[in-house]
Amino acid sequence: MDTLLIAEQALNGLQFGVMLFLMAAGLTLVFGIMDLINLAHGSFYMVGAYLTAAFVGVFDHFLLALLAAVALTALVGLAVEWTALRSFYRRDHLDQVLATFGLILFFNELARIIWGPVPIFLNPPAALAGTVNLFGLQYPAIRLAILGVGVAVALLLWLLIARTRVGMLIRAGATNREMVMALGVDVRLLFSLVFALGAGLAGLAGAMAGPVLAVQVGMGEQILILTFVVIVIGGIGSVRGALAGALLVGMVDTLGRATLPALFRLFLDPAAANGAGGAAASMAIYVLMALVLAIRPRGLFPAG
Amino acid sequence: MTARTLIAAASALALFAGPALGADGSLKIGMITTLSGPGAGLGIDIRDGFQLALQHLGGSLGGLKTEVVEADDQQKPDVAVGLTNRMVERDRVDLVTGVVWSNLALAMMPTLANAKTFFISPNAGPSQLAGAQCNPYFFNVAWQNDTIHEAVGQHVQERGFKKVYLMAPNYPAGKDALAGFRRYYKGGVAGEVYTQVGQLDYAAELAQIKAAQPDAVYVFYPGGMGINFIKQFDQAGLKGNVPLFGPGFSFDQDILAAVGDAALGVRNSAQWSPDMDSAANKRFVADFKAKHNRLPSMYASQGYDAALLIDAAIKATGGKLDDKDALRAAFKTAKFDSVRGEGFRFNNNHYPIQNVYLREVVKGADGTVTNKTVGTAFTNHADAFAKDCAMK
Repeated sequence: MDTLLIAEQALNGLQFGVMLFLMAAGLTLVFGIMDLINLAHGSFYMVGAYLTAAFVGVFDHFLLALLAAVALTALVGLAVEWTALRSFYRRDHLDQVLATFGLILFFNELARIIWGPVPIFLNPPAALAGTVNLFGLQYPAIRLAILGVGVAVALLLWLLIARTRVGMLIRAGATNREMVMALGVDVRLLFSLVFALGAGLAGLAGAMAGPVLAVQVGMGEQILILTFVVIVIGGIGSVRGALAGALLVGMVDTLGRATLPALFRLFLDPAAANGAGGAAASMAIYVLMALVLAIRPRGLFPAG
Repeated sequence: MTARTLIAAASALALFAGPALGADGSLKIGMITTLSGPGAGLGIDIRDGFQLALQHLGGSLGGLKTEVVEADDQQKPDVAVGLTNRMVERDRVDLVTGVVWSNLALAMMPTLANAKTFFISPNAGPSQLAGAQCNPYFFNVAWQNDTIHEAVGQHVQERGFKKVYLMAPNYPAGKDALAGFRRYYKGGVAGEVYTQVGQLDYAAELAQIKAAQPDAVYVFYPGGMGINFIKQFDQAGLKGNVPLFGPGFSFDQDILAAVGDAALGVRNSAQWSPDMDSAANKRFVADFKAKHNRLPSMYASQGYDAALLIDAAIKATGGKLDDKDALRAAFKTAKFDSVRGEGFRFNNNHYPIQNVYLREVVKGADGTVTNKTVGTAFTNHADAFAKDCAMK
């Protein structure tokens, strides 16, 4: 493998990791602060992608459509928190899993009723449709955009959490919820805000992933599994952990797929190596998770 | 009376009721297909195609008033087997159809064979049921899985490509796909890659393709995987530089609607195409579009043909369903106006002998991205497994 190819694969890993981070940040915030397991996080991702596709049809402008879709997804999140999830904070995790699994079914059927069973069309805007020349490397522009947006979101989240009053309350809430309540903070409002923020982030992830992936019913569940791997590796509840976990998973998955089949060909016959290499590459992130859990059972950056 | 005796009594009554229902001139069909989850697009198209044919035939197949019992298999073999048992024992259907996936069809077959219930597959065509394990109660009205891949292999071979990069998901149908392609393509292989089923991101594989510099790429990615791959292939700047080929499953209407221009120019293969110039096909495409506001996929055409086949066979037996041997013979020789045009007949293994066409993804006059027939890959093509089947 030459250097250019290695550089491209590293960039691919970084970009995939950043996309996973957009998903994982919201999920881990909601879990860390509200102690709520939200399986329907993937549904917000799907809603974000579908709404972006729908708004592109209305505005004929990708950025406008994306902003409208993210805002509306955050509102949908707010509505779900108000109507369905508020009464589940004090229930145990199994009840939450059941309730949010029900929400997955609800959102999937709703999307099917509104947009039909067939995957719908969403392409990158014309400006991001081609490739960009990076020091001799032809790289897809849309992937660079995802990378940029992901880095910007990570910075903004850090500013929000480390430098603002709301961020202070979020950190305090994650560490000791009872004490924050005792100090007279309106925890219900705080929770609603955090939940809407998480939904908005998932919507943004869906809007950014939509041009690259299939926009279809059930798309949220496919990425949700990877997202859970990310937050388990990073440490549940920690945004820093989500970033580290997402980048690790993105890198290990991409580099595993790039190198393992070739590695297996060194000591197996080609037919067996092709199958075994592919299978090993798809297991790589789960092996990573098992290793991290064996060494640090609470993840890389445990919260609280 | 205990619950157990009640159930026994009810079952006994059902046994008596069964034959009586069949004799009153009605036909009950079990439609077991995928209506939810990521694979639902295919099942829904099969169902809608079947229902359109039923509507064209005035609600009767073979002169018998027809009731279709629909059930969602969720693309899960265990659910499909449960539904098959229910259809046979409780609903007492005369025929079962609808199945999309080969692994589900294989799981359902023993129950249906034991119950002597005919199984008309509008899609799944596993090699097992075509070869040594061929079954007198199974008919496939679509194709044997490998056939569609073989057609592209033949085309790529004829075009003189020497260094082809092959990709498929890492599961039995993926391996069969590439084996089918290589049964007719004899040139060199630049790389053979199996990816995870349901994989989302193909950036790593696309970078490897670029580095390998093949002169063509062949991929089998049905459904959402196909959409992911085609979009990313285009965005990576490979489209236009390396010709992309695939079976019809990777470039059919369910996928084209979602990827648009990214698939333009791709050559693929199928036994049917929406532009085929027969009266039957024109009526099918126009009415499907009017009813559902979308172009039919090949899956819809197969659902439509399944209903036509059942209609023709039952007409030939004069509406009699009880004599299984007579009904089987009628299926085997049924003449119907298939939307795929002339040349369809059943082989000894109850799979089609038919033409397979080359199609190209084009933009229609109204801006819709769709397939256009550009040639014939195989004429009267039979699958490679029929010789292992003991049926005559």
